[in-house]
Amino acid sequence: MELGLEVDESRPPYTVLAVTGEVDVYTAPRLRERLVELASQGRNQVVVDLEGVEFLDSTGLGVLVGGLKRLRSNDGDLRLVCTQSRILKVFEITGLTKVFAVSGSVEEATAG
Amino acid sequence: MIVAFELAVPASPEYIAVVRLVVSSLASARRNLADERIDDLKLAVSEACTNAMEAHRWSGSRDPVVVRVLEADERLEVEIVDHGGGFDPDGLALHPPVTDPSRLDFERGLGIPLIRTLVDLARFERLQDGTRVRMVVFGGPAGDGGDETSEILRAVLADDD
Repeated sequence: MELGLEVDESRPPYTVLAVTGEVDVYTAPRLRERLVELASQGRNQVVVDLEGVEFLDSTGLGVLVGGLKRLRSNDGDLRLVCTQSRILKVFEITGLTKVFAVSGSVEEATAG
Repeated sequence: MIVAFELAVPASPEYIAVVRLVVSSLASARRNLADERIDDLKLAVSEACTNAMEAHRWSGSRDPVVVRVLEADERLEVEIVDHGGGFDPDGLALHPPVTDPSRLDFERGLGIPLIRTLVDLARFERLQDGTRVRMVVFGGPAGDGGDETSEILRAVLADDD
């Protein structure tokens, strides 16, 4: 299963990173690299769109937490877009819904 | 318990997707489990495999990780056996509460709490040279009664633990 990572810069100041496929210990390093790259380019308002993600495990959570930490230390933020119950469940069980701002759509996440 | 399936997987992360696929397909074909329970099992198995493969990497073991699916009337059990030197599941550091800013320093170590939450029973046994993780979901064979039965059974059996 390939991991898809697509960057959309059409909603400044937000950078939308759409993730598709399965995020696990094998594919998560690519997601990490992309987040590090965005942060180092000064893109501090990142929206990670998880609507196309079929599977996400704790390695994926760890990468998102790492990204959030990195962006917040640059006065930025990392928001998530997710409505799929099986993916949201992983955030809920680990308590991370309290750490991330989770929106129902890219429009909502990039509004205001 | 009858062994329904056994797979020796090279200890390399690209194989975890295969294990997920095999275990979830088998569970959904053979057991009377809701899709949501299959998703839970899939995630738990993935977490256990990730830990097993990481343990092999640390210990330098070249042995495969063994994935075994066992069945009984009321349950499906998945065993993941590694030869990665073993660990103490009770000795794991506890995460700070999510509202604590230092929680963000914990990017890892979520796997075992997840496994414990996702399956009906989880056991971590220390072996001589590794770890055996046993994960149980309660639910009868496919085509045998409805979810209602397995819900009741799950509640009763989980109480015993």
